[in-house]
Amino acid sequence: MSAARRGWRYRANVTARTAAAVLGGYGVAALFAAAIARLLPLPRIEAVLPGTMLAFFVMPGVAIWAFLARSATRAWAGILIAAALLAALAWLAGPPA
Amino acid sequence: MAGGAAGVKVREGVRQTMAWLHGWSGLLLGWVLYVMCLAGSLAVFRPEIGEWMRPETRDRAPAPQAVAAAVGWLQKHASDAGAWFLYAPGPRTNTVEAVWFHGLDYTLRALDPVSGLPALRQTRGGEFFYRLHFELQLPYPWGRLLACTAAAAMLLALISGVIAHRRIFRDFFTFRPGRGQRAWLDAHNALGVFALPFHIMITFTGLVTLFSLAMPWGAHAVYGNNSAAAFQDLVPGAISRAAAGTPGTLAPIAPMIAEAERRFGGGHVGLISVLNPKDAASLVLVYQADDGGIATSPEAISFDGTTGRVLADYREGRAMVKAYDVVYGLHLARFADPLIRWLYFASGLALTGGIATGLILWIVKRRERASLGFCNRLVERLNIGVIAGAPIAFAGYFWANRLLPLGGADRAATEVTCLYSIWAAALVLAFALPRRVAWPALLAVAGFAWTVLPLADIATRGAGTMVLRVGDLTMVVAGLAFFAASWWARRRVAA
Repeated sequence: MSAARRGWRYRANVTARTAAAVLGGYGVAALFAAAIARLLPLPRIEAVLPGTMLAFFVMPGVAIWAFLARSATRAWAGILIAAALLAALAWLAGPPA
Repeated sequence: MAGGAAGVKVREGVRQTMAWLHGWSGLLLGWVLYVMCLAGSLAVFRPEIGEWMRPETRDRAPAPQAVAAAVGWLQKHASDAGAWFLYAPGPRTNTVEAVWFHGLDYTLRALDPVSGLPALRQTRGGEFFYRLHFELQLPYPWGRLLACTAAAAMLLALISGVIAHRRIFRDFFTFRPGRGQRAWLDAHNALGVFALPFHIMITFTGLVTLFSLAMPWGAHAVYGNNSAAAFQDLVPGAISRAAAGTPGTLAPIAPMIAEAERRFGGGHVGLISVLNPKDAASLVLVYQADDGGIATSPEAISFDGTTGRVLADYREGRAMVKAYDVVYGLHLARFADPLIRWLYFASGLALTGGIATGLILWIVKRRERASLGFCNRLVERLNIGVIAGAPIAFAGYFWANRLLPLGGADRAATEVTCLYSIWAAALVLAFALPRRVAWPALLAVAGFAWTVLPLADIATRGAGTMVLRVGDLTMVVAGLAFFAASWWARRRVAA
């Protein structure tokens, strides 16, 4: 283990990226499921299932992004933008009448 | 965080970063995943394990009569339960498995299809491994949540593992036996790649089975807090209604089962739920068995309990729900014929072996670099206590099944207590024995426990059946594999 990897900067970076992977991964997946459920023009349960199932692949996708992004700040920024977009879509679509 | 830390990465390069992620996401819940995969592989043979563990109960009866006999017994002995769940006998099982709840506690009894009495040798049978696979012996909902978390980590580990590999197919044909890291890495790669589509499929579909707990937000977005309405839409044939509060008498159940069989048109009857059995508003829900096609069959017929009249009958035709049923059914594998069932079992064991070799590789790699720190010494001991300890404990469950006296109210629970006591002892040994001794010793114990088990079986039962004989043979093969692993560990670890 190199000295750089033991430093506080490396550890803070791993912590920030891990938090982005776990919290961001689940949060973006949950918002993805919610947005798809509200956007699909199908009866309620049929609109729920596809987004819910695909969300399980969104989770690892976001987690991988969190570690590949050029910096922890960029990782978090990407996740927050995706979350905001999905939340806006879900909010605009609104719950079914 | 900004500025200075901007360029910091966990590793340089995509593949190196993915290898790092693969390692950590596999390690942190690796032991939970190992137990889930091992128990899940065994749960493929849930009915057959039940047959092995109840050798005295051999009677067969058609589903309507068997369920009627079971209901007769439950009316005398579990009449105060809010609901009974009965699994009808089918091609792979002769008993009626009855589950009933008092609050969150449930009781399970395998009932004789003719007399309705509990099977002589009371046991959880294969149901134990099925429950352990996704509930991990923890109270609801914590066991299931832990299982979901572990499965999500597994999916991440699988995907990052694939990206980390540049030469995935060439690596499958690479094996450099001998000492050290390369051999472990080759074994880990071969086990991972051997059934990679299966590994990804089974992890994903496993998450889907628990979606109402793991990912309820899609449903929440359109149903709000009304999750009962979501379930109602998912299974429209299963109606629900509140108890009337006045006593009622359950109509004979055999005609309802026969009617359901007629309506399923040749399909078997699977689960039967009797809700509020003593109430005037009692309900009998009959679900079709899952062995008719890949998809699970949430097709259900609801009967009014006191009159036996059909209240709802629904056939699934919605594409999205069918797709979900196929995903769910791929995990349960109840559609599978014997060949596919063995492939599920073998692929499940490959994944179990992939997790085990990954956990061992973590240590082998670090030992080659430097002496192990405290945390890695803990990992090493947990590896021994779980990778070798769980198979010993699982064998102990089958041993307890054959050696504990028949009768007694808690016999089934005592079998499970034996399993965990033996596991605890194995863990103590894994931490107490010198490292060079612990691996070969515990693997040899596993080898002995599984190889000799068929002798205990043959000595304590009457005539065998095909299932019992195949079960015995499988145990001997497993035992010999553990002996081989022990012999190999003694040569390699001691060197």
